[in-house]
Amino acid sequence: MPISTLDGKPVWKHRTSRQSLALWAGWLALVALFVFCWQVMTKDTIWMFVLDSPRAAADLGSRMFPPRWSYIDKLWWPMWDTLNIATLGTLIGIVIAVPVAFLAARNTTPSLYIARPIALFIIVSSRSINSLIWALLLVSIIGPGVFAGIVAIGLRSIGFVAKLLYEAIEEIDQAQVEAVTASGASQAQVIDFAIVPQILPTFFGISVFRWDINIRESTILGLVGAGGIGLQLQASLNVLAWPQVTMIFIIILATVVFSEWVSAKVRHAII
Amino acid sequence: MTVPMPVTDIGAAAPRRWKRPPILIHDLRWRIAIYGGGLVYLVLAIASTEVKWGRVYRGLDRGWRFIQGFLYPDFSSRWVDISQGLVESLTMSVTATVVGIILSVPIGVGAARNMAPLPVYLACRAIIAMSRALQEIIVAILLVAMFGFGPFAGFLTLSFATIGFLAKLLAEDIEDIDEAQAEAIRSTGASWGQLVNYAVQPQVMPRLIGLSLYRLDINFRESAVIGIVGAGGIGATLNTAIDRYEYDSAGAILLIIIAIVMVAEYSSSHVRNWVQ
Repeated sequence: MPISTLDGKPVWKHRTSRQSLALWAGWLALVALFVFCWQVMTKDTIWMFVLDSPRAAADLGSRMFPPRWSYIDKLWWPMWDTLNIATLGTLIGIVIAVPVAFLAARNTTPSLYIARPIALFIIVSSRSINSLIWALLLVSIIGPGVFAGIVAIGLRSIGFVAKLLYEAIEEIDQAQVEAVTASGASQAQVIDFAIVPQILPTFFGISVFRWDINIRESTILGLVGAGGIGLQLQASLNVLAWPQVTMIFIIILATVVFSEWVSAKVRHAII
Repeated sequence: MTVPMPVTDIGAAAPRRWKRPPILIHDLRWRIAIYGGGLVYLVLAIASTEVKWGRVYRGLDRGWRFIQGFLYPDFSSRWVDISQGLVESLTMSVTATVVGIILSVPIGVGAARNMAPLPVYLACRAIIAMSRALQEIIVAILLVAMFGFGPFAGFLTLSFATIGFLAKLLAEDIEDIDEAQAEAIRSTGASWGQLVNYAVQPQVMPRLIGLSLYRLDINFRESAVIGIVGAGGIGATLNTAIDRYEYDSAGAILLIIIAIVMVAEYSSSHVRNWVQ
């Protein structure tokens, strides 16, 4: 215990002087890094605009309110598209993610040195690229429209579902696998009767969770042309029709809250 | 010793073949209703989805070029744009994470029911709910309209998004602390500030550091996205590259993003192991 002497009496201290010095140096480095990053980032910032922002915000507010309620009639069809993008995209993602997860899990992978690294690479690349960027790419490859959105959501979902699923597979109770193997089951039967029943609740939980996130993300995919309500948002932003933008924000917010509620209910019922 | 078997009618005996119990939904009527409803929705959804297969087919060629761009990325010809975008993205994520943490610590403490009175609690929870409900892109659109194009709007967006994430998890963590330690500190006559410093902070600090590193990683990934609506960063460079059909430059940018995310994830898990 670090004790220093003050006027000949021992005084308790929280840290040794070496520790507190290291801590101090760490904080100094952090502050220096922050200041440096701040300098680099704001090098081209036009402070006039920043100082002017309260006025700009007030101006924007006055343009955005009241929302154009009648515009909602044009939003039902895009909302249906958005829902389809999220749901069909989630389904595609799940269908591809399940085999990837079995290839990536240490205890089910056919080869630790070939299949597993490939599966992990698929997971990492799918996870590091946001669905909006996938959509940007796909719109330029297969053309604008709902289909690009569905594929984008699907590609992004693979990594998420596969990562959580393979972690669940690695954490299963090995005793059940041994019991089924001892009965003379084949490899496929072991997966079917010993592994699948154990991960099924987790699997449904992950799927619903990802569907909830996908609803959220599919509302903005239209910004890059991939269908859904984002197309209307982009169109309204382009003509600076702020009351319509507000209306779309309200719809998006309501959808997000609703899907979060649904997914919480379903997950609660399953697990 | 043999146990006498109850002799009953063979026809009424339990079925000899084992059948797997149904998954999740045990009631037959509910099962039919839910599966049927799901099927009807799927048919409707697929039928109402317009796919221009001709366009998709023509795009396969470009898709192939994109895959080639991934395999033979071109780092050099747009390097000036790429490096500038990267510097913006990285500095934006660092500053936004630091400012986000500074803002979310008091909000997180305020949103913990065992540390704050009810009005403060409700106010802090409202801030968190708002930050979580608004997506980064939407916030970025509004902030770009207010502060002009460039990384400053992106920095503000990411800071705002960090609050919702960090403050919520921090508040939940504070609500889960070991009350005995807080009780011990309180019984020495400590003030509220001393309570936070000596009872709460040591318990939540390791997790807070872990979450902050994780958020730094998320902020970097998000910074690649909000550039699309004009908030600076690598996203703007990527958007330009794809608009010009320069798939080799786009592939290079995506590979850089993947590499940085991998490094961040790997090192942050190491730091977390070391802290905890």
